[in-house]
Amino acid sequence: MTDRHGKPRGLRRLMNLRIGAALTGMWCVVALLSRFWTPADPTGMNIAQRLQPPGVGGVLGTDQIGRDIASVIMSGAWTSLGIAGLATCLGGAVGIGLGLYAAGMGKRTERMIMTVLGVLFAFPPVLSAILLGAILGPGALTAVLAIGVFMVPVFARITRSAAAQIWTREYIAAAFMAGKTRLRISMEHVLPNIAGQLVVQVTLQMGLAILAEAGLSYLGMGVAPPTPSWGRMLADSQTYLSSAPHLAVVPGLAIALAVLGLNLLGDGLRDLADPRKGGAG
Amino acid sequence: MAMTTLSGPRAGLFWAGLICAALAMVPAFAQGDRSVTFVQAVEPQGLDPSVGSPVAAGQVTWQNVFEGLVRIDRNGAVSPQLAESWRISDDGLRYEFQLQKDVKFHNGAPFDSASAKFSIDRILSDRSTNGQKALYSVIEEVSAPSPYRLVLRLNRPASNLLYWLGFPAAVMVEPQSAPTDQTQPVGTGPFVVTEWRKGDRVVMRANADYWGDAPEIDHLVARFIADPQAQAAALQSGQADVVAEFGAPEMFARFQSDPRFTTHAGTGEMEVVAGMNNARPPFDNPDVRAALMMAIDRTQLLAAVNSGLGTPIGSHFSPASPFYEDLTDVYPYDPARARALLEKAGYGAGFSFTMKVPTRAYAQRSAEILQAFFQQIGVDARIESSDFPASWIGDVFRDTNYDMTIVGHAEPLDIGIYARDPYYFNYHSPAFEAAISGIDQATTPQARRDGYRQAQEILARDVPALFLYSAPKLGIWNKDLAGLWENGPVPANDMTDVHWLR
Amino acid sequence: MAAFKRIAGRVVVNGIALLLASVVIFALVKAAPGDPAQIMLGTSAAPDTLAALRVQLGLDQPLIWQYLGWLQGIVSGDMGQSYTYDVPVSGLVASRAAVTLPLAALASTGAVMLAVPLGVWAAARPGGGADIAATVLAQMGIAVPNFWIAIVLILTVSLGLGYFPAGGFPGWQSGWVSALQALILPAISLGIPQAAVLTRVTRAAVLDLMHEDFIRTARAKGLSLRQALWRHAVPNALLPVVTMLGLQIPFLISGAVLVENVFNLPGIGTLAYQALAQRDLIVVQNVILLFAALVLVMNVLTDTLAVMLDPRLRGRG
Repeated sequence: MTDRHGKPRGLRRLMNLRIGAALTGMWCVVALLSRFWTPADPTGMNIAQRLQPPGVGGVLGTDQIGRDIASVIMSGAWTSLGIAGLATCLGGAVGIGLGLYAAGMGKRTERMIMTVLGVLFAFPPVLSAILLGAILGPGALTAVLAIGVFMVPVFARITRSAAAQIWTREYIAAAFMAGKTRLRISMEHVLPNIAGQLVVQVTLQMGLAILAEAGLSYLGMGVAPPTPSWGRMLADSQTYLSSAPHLAVVPGLAIALAVLGLNLLGDGLRDLADPRKGGAG
Repeated sequence: MAMTTLSGPRAGLFWAGLICAALAMVPAFAQGDRSVTFVQAVEPQGLDPSVGSPVAAGQVTWQNVFEGLVRIDRNGAVSPQLAESWRISDDGLRYEFQLQKDVKFHNGAPFDSASAKFSIDRILSDRSTNGQKALYSVIEEVSAPSPYRLVLRLNRPASNLLYWLGFPAAVMVEPQSAPTDQTQPVGTGPFVVTEWRKGDRVVMRANADYWGDAPEIDHLVARFIADPQAQAAALQSGQADVVAEFGAPEMFARFQSDPRFTTHAGTGEMEVVAGMNNARPPFDNPDVRAALMMAIDRTQLLAAVNSGLGTPIGSHFSPASPFYEDLTDVYPYDPARARALLEKAGYGAGFSFTMKVPTRAYAQRSAEILQAFFQQIGVDARIESSDFPASWIGDVFRDTNYDMTIVGHAEPLDIGIYARDPYYFNYHSPAFEAAISGIDQATTPQARRDGYRQAQEILARDVPALFLYSAPKLGIWNKDLAGLWENGPVPANDMTDVHWLR
Repeated sequence: MAAFKRIAGRVVVNGIALLLASVVIFALVKAAPGDPAQIMLGTSAAPDTLAALRVQLGLDQPLIWQYLGWLQGIVSGDMGQSYTYDVPVSGLVASRAAVTLPLAALASTGAVMLAVPLGVWAAARPGGGADIAATVLAQMGIAVPNFWIAIVLILTVSLGLGYFPAGGFPGWQSGWVSALQALILPAISLGIPQAAVLTRVTRAAVLDLMHEDFIRTARAKGLSLRQALWRHAVPNALLPVVTMLGLQIPFLISGAVLVENVFNLPGIGTLAYQALAQRDLIVVQNVILLFAALVLVMNVLTDTLAVMLDPRLRGRG
């Protein structure tokens, strides 16, 4: 059974949400668990046992210096989710704040903020991130900043347009009458009403952030060794492709499953909030 | 209905598939028999190896386009080139060269003592940007008493001068064209540069008027591919014939077992060392440095970093050199003794420091492994990536703002860097400096040999840097090619003797 | 008049944004540590040699003059000389654009050719097998990093099957066939995530139109569902697809750096990446400014398009 907009009712509508929540939850558990327990030391090298295929040296094999890949992946989840999460927090907090402010403060402020954000939006993200990496030096902070900064205009735009719609509602006028300030109205009436849309966006942006972190680490702009990182695992694996393809396949799959989980979760949440809208990107 | 089929949902897929299939059918590369394409990782900034930082320029044009008075041959020995013979005075202060006659530059100008004098004066001039200028600074005066006689006067003996003159940095250039040599090089070599496609390749053709034996290939192409994966792909797809210094040892085995290629793991000139700031505690303490050296199992390190290819070293010297001495047993791998030494030095509880590691694969990998080895003796090394060369040169090399770093020294016979002041190790040893100046003043081969031996031994005991390994020169080329260099006494792609067997 | 005024306003705003961007770019580029002269001359260069080169490159000038000089050059169409190659930056950029632009065009064309049929196919029977397959494919396509697709394609298609070169670019002068061959795999890597996004957009757009009256009318006239979709729904659904594509293209071009890197293509991305490593700052600042300009021009174009299509604005004045 499907409804008018092609969204199946019941089971499949919730499939997105369920699979997404399960995958995302799994990675969160894995990331947290890695702080207390991994099958082996994720930084412990064992050169004699290097490049073992999955099943032989540990569940997922060993890497080029004999570390247990399963353990590295687990710790890498902490790094990837951590950096992606922090970047999304940074981009979300600043972007949502600016968006709310722009929507609440009238045309002139709005235009100014959006022009400045337009400048930021115009920067090529990958190259600018590399440039930031050159200025600040590679590391976790650089990755968080480089990824977070480019989320600011995205969050600001979405927040502003969503908030602008709320500002036209009757109850806003009523709140004005009651003598509430624009700031209070933004926080008490506007934000709660657009929170659903923002949560969806946070989930989707976090998926993109994981991809971005992988790309930056691939270019050597991510966390420093020995802190495990999925992107650096991919970069390191490249020259072992033919002799030990699992070195590339495993982190690639980890990235794909984490991003997939977040995307499905985002879509599912959107369906839940607004069943009429289809799953358009 | 026909319309529906054409614009139907599968039509796009169909056409895309068809186009892809059609393109896949066409052979990927058509190549003339007498052309050779070699690959190098770094594209030079200019093509004149006597200007700027010369390594990458030399890899393209040295011997192929530019020649020197003398040359370093494939065995690392000095042999005559544009100078057919020479005489050195007994006090070692006067070099007289007899030059080749009938040599023409690519632009038709003759090579004679005037152009030779010009070339050397240009290296020595105040406005010179020659990266190796310091090596030639012993030359006080250049004179050209007759068209084919060149005389150099030195201000002190330098037994290595002939060797330095055989380097890419000392090639002969033509006075009129010298200012444009960076983009349109004019040399005396068997190949002429016809095109430089920036970011991709330099194309050369055989020089019909070459003064020596004409090369057996018509076209020579230098391609610049930084990524070893892409280098491998270029070889396997036939887009390149030669990679003289392959960057990924872990992929080498695949080529060794591939019947289409000849491989050779030769010795190179690059020593990978973990330099320490000898002026900064605790690295000013020789016991600490020795302890760190003994914490490292160099064989294991090579296995992990270089798939076991290369040679562990105990001092700053290449096994390719006739003067080489194996000193790895001065401080062998022995964590227990290392801990005892730390205890003796007052660091029984260990210490922590930062490794500023260049953003190069070999350095990053070595750093991770050193970190694990140091952990075993209670020393905590933090890894900080340093953008190479941009940040590293300023921060580590020039300002010596570092504890430890890891870098490969690629210049041949460069043990003298430990006697330089200032130099980034901040190492000062009167005994070592005496040994180096002894080598310069040596007048007999035996004296030189003894000097180099002594210098190696002092470094092996003092360990101003942790001596890790000598990087192999991993050559891979099409099995139908012959005449390539198997070892790398100088970073070069000398293609002058190369020919196709089929 | 209103329409014209509004477009003119957008041009002015975006022009100011570009000027602001140029200030930020210049400041960032100058903040990068490392002395271009030292990097060019290597570790053994003498201090006087370095100073001479700095003068030659104009790096001894006060920053404000360097900035104004750069701006003045751009206005008169001169982007300056590359430090490392010592050739005009504009020529360098143009020769690299000859790789990156066709690559992006190929990737976008391929993405549309794949995404539109897939999206329509999925929308024809929502919840059916095709829909689920397309949705899953689209989700996977978005979740996988494009440089990883590149790595896997090299391993399987180039090295495994021997089709298509695994990297490098022979140049257009060696014939368009071999040049296109070199771009196919990079275009696929770049195009897959793009196609995944467009599939979702197409599917949603077609779904929205499915129940419109004109589709019902077409069905009533005896057209099959598929015919009705292709003749009537698809042309209407293309607008959101094209809009999405238009917004994505600048990022597709600037984001190609990773894929260009894996395939060793001499494109604009690799140019900027290498220039940054060698601190060929003049190249870096020009390339980034160019990308920013591209985004802003696209902004103006989409705004203009919106204004032209907006009957309220078109009608007046």
